This record gives sequence, structure tokens and C-alpha cells, in this order.
Amino acid sequence: MARGCRALVLGVGGLALALVPPLAAALNQPFYVDLFRRMMIFALAAASLDLILGYGGMVSFGHAAYLGIGAYAVGIPAFHGVDNGFVQWGLAIVASGLAALVIGAISIRTSGVYFIMITLAFAQMLYYLGISLETYGGDNGMRLARRSLFGPVDLTNPAVFYYVVLVILVLCLVVGGHVVDSRFGMVIRAARSNEPRARAIGFSPFRYKLAAFTIAGSMGGLAGALLANQTEYLTPDFMHWTRSGEIMFMVILGGMGTLIGPVVGAIVLLLLEDVLSALTAHWQIVLGPILITVVLFARRGLHGLLAGARPRDG
Amino acid sequence: MAEPLLAIRGLRKRFGGLLATDQVDLNVVEGETYAIIGPNGAGKTTLIGQLAGELRPDAGAIRFAGRDVTRLDAPRRCRLGLARSFQITSIFPDFSALANVALAVQAHAGGSFRFWRPAAGERSLTEPARAVLDSVGLGGRADVLAANLAHGEQRQLEIAMALATKPRLLLLDEPVAGMGLDESQRMVRFLGTLKGHVTIVLVEHDMDAVFTLADRISVMVYGKIIATGTPREVRGNPDVRRAYLGEEVPSPC
Repeated sequence: MARGCRALVLGVGGLALALVPPLAAALNQPFYVDLFRRMMIFALAAASLDLILGYGGMVSFGHAAYLGIGAYAVGIPAFHGVDNGFVQWGLAIVASGLAALVIGAISIRTSGVYFIMITLAFAQMLYYLGISLETYGGDNGMRLARRSLFGPVDLTNPAVFYYVVLVILVLCLVVGGHVVDSRFGMVIRAARSNEPRARAIGFSPFRYKLAAFTIAGSMGGLAGALLANQTEYLTPDFMHWTRSGEIMFMVILGGMGTLIGPVVGAIVLLLLEDVLSALTAHWQIVLGPILITVVLFARRGLHGLLAGARPRDG
Repeated sequence: MAEPLLAIRGLRKRFGGLLATDQVDLNVVEGETYAIIGPNGAGKTTLIGQLAGELRPDAGAIRFAGRDVTRLDAPRRCRLGLARSFQITSIFPDFSALANVALAVQAHAGGSFRFWRPAAGERSLTEPARAVLDSVGLGGRADVLAANLAHGEQRQLEIAMALATKPRLLLLDEPVAGMGLDESQRMVRFLGTLKGHVTIVLVEHDMDAVFTLADRISVMVYGKIIATGTPREVRGNPDVRRAYLGEEVPSPC
């Protein structure tokens, strides 16, 4: 997508999302603040996955691992009485980035199905590690005694927390947009497009892909820190492979390699879940065919439908 | 005599029972155009793969620009000035023609850990890329998606990308393969303009192209080099004629 166009969508979308809390207050439906905040947190996770999946061609099936690490990076310090948000969220970013660095260093040497399986295996390992942490609730997880503390910025106020998430999401999308169009971004996109060619013109893609994988992991970890504050509890389920699949689905539904698309994908998927589950207990039977239809008939996702059938170019 | 730009000694590569490269020795002098010909399956592309660094030889050594590069991988050899084109067109199909070449310029320039400025707006990348596109005759097609270029244009783009890395040695694997007569003549004329500016190692089936361009020719059969010499010497060599028996005999042009 053209740079100006992306800035416009980001601006309009950001403004629309900013209107949710006052509208919810006017309609006396505070629940929507909660719902949209959750959507934005998953949008952040999906956009971070898109950096490596859509732009880097790395089909990571373990992205929920970083969500979980981010959540535990909030939960474990909180359990020991450290409530400072800068410490917790900083830890979330660093720890998930380091985990991604290690996982990436091993998995990026492979490709195709092997890459998918290795990233999945690492995430499941972390899931079982979470279950084994009896001190922190084992497979039941634990409650977060209180949300992260940021001095005067009070996250227990739903609207304040909402705007914090919104600002983080927009900032990450702006940064992500610059990254994918930069020299660095061009290397990972070139490697996705044709890796032997990228090597033949003198790029050694490995370190660039690893760096991208690490950045995506950090962003996923930040989303996890937000999610722990959102739900006020955390369990190993945050890292379960079905959660990884859900995030991947948001990316594919919204449109890979677009950054904005996965945000739309996250919002639509969670909205569908919410609406359908209110209608019937068997909502997944309805959701499944809808998703299959979108994937079959809109190969470039919702973003492709909305942006028209323009070819993507470099 | 000064050291040749590319010196290959005792190169050997085996695939199972097949000796694809059998004790190949070869010297390429700076500035010359050197062609390697031979019947199908003679091991020419395997040889190119080893020179470019995509295949590891089982034995032997490759020296380039006074340096042993036998153990270096393809990206590092390219950064030393050893660029290649592929027999089967290999481009970035979902990038514009200009972006394809700009990527090659960027790879040569180094310093790709830059995260903020849009690469498409960097004139230090796009201007050299435009100049190279102009030189291969694709100047008017800069903004076309590479996938939408005609086959001949993609072959030109392929060469443009190799040239954009400012190579000292250009490895060309069948540059006119699959081209029509007009296109291939244009390509041969263009490669002729490179003569003297860049050293070229050329693998090609099109004998007109080989005898027009090459200063020296080696003939490869079953992984071995059976003859090396000027086009005239090679054409008169009885072993070469025997190897090509039943195939196209290199004809005077």
C-alpha cells in the first residue's frame, strides 16, 4: 500500500477507535470499551506476526509464545510485589525479544513445513513450562492482583487503559510501516520473494530475518503485557497452539503483508465471535464457514477486498 | 604474467555416481570474455554454481581477485565482485523493475540495518538503479511489476541486477536462453558493449552468441574440459568435433 494511503487509513482508523469510549458512555454500554480494547491488543499481536509472516515469509506457528511471555513478565513480578509498569512491560519486551532471538536463531535455518513445526514446538514447550510453574498457578494460571502502575496514568480506569492501548497500537503500526519500507524491510521482503536471488545479489538474509523475528517477538510480548492487564489473570493457555492459530488467522483474514489488514482481521474476528456467541452456543459452526468463504474468495484478505484489486508492488 | 582474475584448480564435484565436475582447471584473465560450451549434461551449470558459491566443490580451489574464495558463500562472493545471472529467470516478481535493481544496488552498498527511511525514496539507491536499467534498455519499464515484463525483458532485468552489484566478474548462465531471434541479437549486442569493461564467464548453447562474444572458449564434456583456446582453435579441434557429433557443430559465423 502506498505510504500516504497507509497514513490516511491509520489516521482515520485511529480517530474512529478514539471515539469508542465516549460513544460507549453515551450509549451506556461500557462493555464495548472492554471489547474494543481486547481487539486492539490482538490487533497488535496480529500486526507483529504480519511483520514476519506477511513481509518476511516466515510462517511462524508459535506467535502466542510471545504473548504468554509478555503476560508472565507482568504476572510474575506482580506476584512478588513489583507493580511498576515500566519494569513489567520493559521486561515483557526484552524477555520475549530474547526468546524470539533464540527460537529464531534455530528455526530460521529451516524453511517450509519444518519452520512451521519448529516454531510450533517451541511454543508448546513454553506452554508446558507454564503448566509446570506450580508457584504461579500451574495450568490454572493466576490472578493479577492489580494492573501495572504507571504513576498518575491509572490503568484501572477503563477509558485511560483504552487510550494507552490505542496509542501503543498506532505507534507500533507507524514504526512497523517505516520498518517494512526501509532498507531493512526491503531485504526481508526480497528474501521472501526469492531467497536464492537475494543471496546472489549479495544479501545474507539470515541476520535480517532473525532481527525481524526478534522485533516481532518483542511486539508480541508487549501485546501479552497488555493482555494480562486486560484480563487481570494469566494462564498457560495464552501460549496454546490454538491461540497461535487464531492470531495467524487474523493476519490471513485481514490480508498478509499489509500491517493494517491484520488489525482489521483481529477486529472482525473478535466481533464475529462476540456477535455469534450471543446468538447461539454453537457459534463456531457459523464462524467456520464464514472464515472459509473469506479465505477462498478473497485471497488477499479483507484488506484486498477493501483496497480493490490493485497489484501489490515493491 | 599477472595472476588471473579467476583461477580454478583441480575442481571436483560428485553427485552420487555422477562426476559432474572432473578435475577442472581454468584461468580467466581480467577483461576477457570466456565462454564455456559443451553438450547438455556436460556439467556447465554445476560449474557456474560452484563458481558463484551455491555449490560446495568436493575438492579443488577457486581463487578470485587474488583471494581463495572456495569456502565463501554466494552473498560474500557477490560482495567481492562475483555476480551471476541464472539460466532460469530469477527475479523478484512482486517488485517493480526499478525496485529489483535498486535492491541489487542496496546489497552492494551494504548497511541494510536501517529501519526508518523508506528505501524507495533514497536517491542513492534509485538513481544508480535507473542508470543501469537505462543501459540495458529497460529505462521505460522502470515502474512495471517485474512479473508483468515480457520474457526477454526479464532476461535483461536479470543482467541489470547482476550489473548493479558493480561486479568485476560476471557469470552468465545462458543469457539468451528462450529468447526470440531479435531479442537474442539485441542481448548479444548489449553484452558486446560490456566487453572490456567487465570480465565475463559465459555458458551458452547459442553458438552464434558464443563465437560473436568470446575471446577464449573451453569445451566441457562429461565434467571434463577437453579443449581450451581461441574460437578459431576450438572450431578446428578434432576432439571438439567428435564430442559434438550428432549435435550442432560449432559453425563459422
